Amino acid sequence: MSEMPAITYNFAYLDEQTKRMIRRAILKAIAVPGYQVPFASREMPMPYGWGTGGVQVTAAILGTDDVLKVIDQGSDDTTNAVAIRSFFQATAGVATTTRTQDATVIQTRHRIPEAALSDRQVLVYQVPIPEPLRFLEPRESETRRLHGLADYGLMHVKLYEDISRHGHIATTYAYPVSVAGRYVMDPSPIPKFDNPKMNESAALQLFGAGREQRIYAIPPHTRVVSLDFEDHPFEVQRFAKPCALCGARGVYLDEVILDDRGGRMFVCSDTDFCETRRADGHVGELGVAVPSALAGKDAA
Amino acid sequence: MNPASGQDAPLLVAQGLTRLYGTRIGCADVELEVYPGEILAVVGESGSGKSTLLSLLSTELAPSSGRISYRGTDGVMRDLAAFTEAERRLLLRTQWGFVRQNPEQGLRMAVSAGGNVGERLMAVGRRHYGDIRSEATDWLGRVEIAADRIDDDPRSFSGGMRQRLQIARNLVTRPRLVFMDEPTGGLDVSVQARLLDLIRSLVSDLGAAVIIVTHDLAVARLLSHRIMVMRHGSVIEHGLTDQVLDDPAHPYTQLLVASVLAA
Repeated sequence: MSEMPAITYNFAYLDEQTKRMIRRAILKAIAVPGYQVPFASREMPMPYGWGTGGVQVTAAILGTDDVLKVIDQGSDDTTNAVAIRSFFQATAGVATTTRTQDATVIQTRHRIPEAALSDRQVLVYQVPIPEPLRFLEPRESETRRLHGLADYGLMHVKLYEDISRHGHIATTYAYPVSVAGRYVMDPSPIPKFDNPKMNESAALQLFGAGREQRIYAIPPHTRVVSLDFEDHPFEVQRFAKPCALCGARGVYLDEVILDDRGGRMFVCSDTDFCETRRADGHVGELGVAVPSALAGKDAA
Repeated sequence: MNPASGQDAPLLVAQGLTRLYGTRIGCADVELEVYPGEILAVVGESGSGKSTLLSLLSTELAPSSGRISYRGTDGVMRDLAAFTEAERRLLLRTQWGFVRQNPEQGLRMAVSAGGNVGERLMAVGRRHYGDIRSEATDWLGRVEIAADRIDDDPRSFSGGMRQRLQIARNLVTRPRLVFMDEPTGGLDVSVQARLLDLIRSLVSDLGAAVIIVTHDLAVARLLSHRIMVMRHGSVIEHGLTDQVLDDPAHPYTQLLVASVLAA
């Protein structure tokens, strides 16, 4: 543990009763995979839309010996990730890391790490709108009834509309999934590229929506199926070229604009994955070999 | 009495059906039977309880007293009150249809025509896009909507087209019983005539039973085999359509028939 913060908070900011309340919601969510459990979401010292749901879930499950990693769009060093990581450093004093395999709790926005997760890890998603049927059916009373009766025909109407307008399923993020053959769930705005990683994952996956006051979960080793049509099966995005820095293929890439003459490159969105590969000596077409000192290895 | 087919067993039976709005009567003590393949018209002036009756029969409203039974495809007559909500919803989107007066209520206005027709198919588990689409195209053709409008949404359709689209959306699962609430209301007479023609040929092709609510006696005469006349929430006369319209027994029915202009 690092030194005590100047202002003393209860461990991980929330009071114990609140954490108990959130844990009860989490347990219920794990017991009923994909079902949105209402919980009494608290005001957090950050605005809605900045991960208040994920932060509350993380606060409720964090222990003193946990190692926390926070990513935003796959990156450890964007504003949201840095702010939440330092929030828990200050209020819980837990160890933090950027290395996926060292973390026990990973809070994420918009991505699932490229490296396979293990059964000692928990992935916490920040969710803006938990209801997959929301834009098809605005009434909460009605969407709850549809979930209760597993009446999910509407979801396919949306996919039908996609195909009729674009010739293929044009939904690329927040792509709806069916969890354990029962509830249809919004996987939060992760790219559909990451959907297959949710299926049969060894790690526990928790979803927290602060403003909407919902928690849901996918227990480890649960079947998660992306909705599709028989003649238009679910497909993930493909990239023409490998990562420009580390040369990785089959990973999700971000576009980086290089100049004002149309120059661009595509690099891993998962920064830790990219750095790990580069430290291992992989070099992409625009990359440079990482000096061994920077790679965190013993100098030769 | 079963003019339309040789089957003897009724499809839907209502007994002592009553709905009160506070102390006001919506409809009182209505008895009716509908047989497979027949068209039953419910006529009466505004406020006579026609629409309340239709809402009760289609389980949108719960009756204050009385019961409704429905004969499923297994031939067993069951009390609708004993259906679970899941069964009731399945019934509503497979074996039943409901064509509303206002197509905006019966359609998804932001969804394409093909999506509107295909929704019922997807709701009952059809997952082949090509099949759903070809079936939707087929049904658009049957209701005389050009196939190239399949990806347009109903907001770009005329009133008559919207109504035809609503009919296609309801008939795509080949329902056994269709409720219609003033399906020709608000349309001009030439469009009305074509729509009535269409409804008549489609339901006779499908062999569906229809309960149609209308205040237009001409619609009732053209479409229905039997007719029920309602006033103040009660059925005051019922019988074969031509018999009731040509030889009305009740003074109110006589008045109603006499007030039609050149019917």
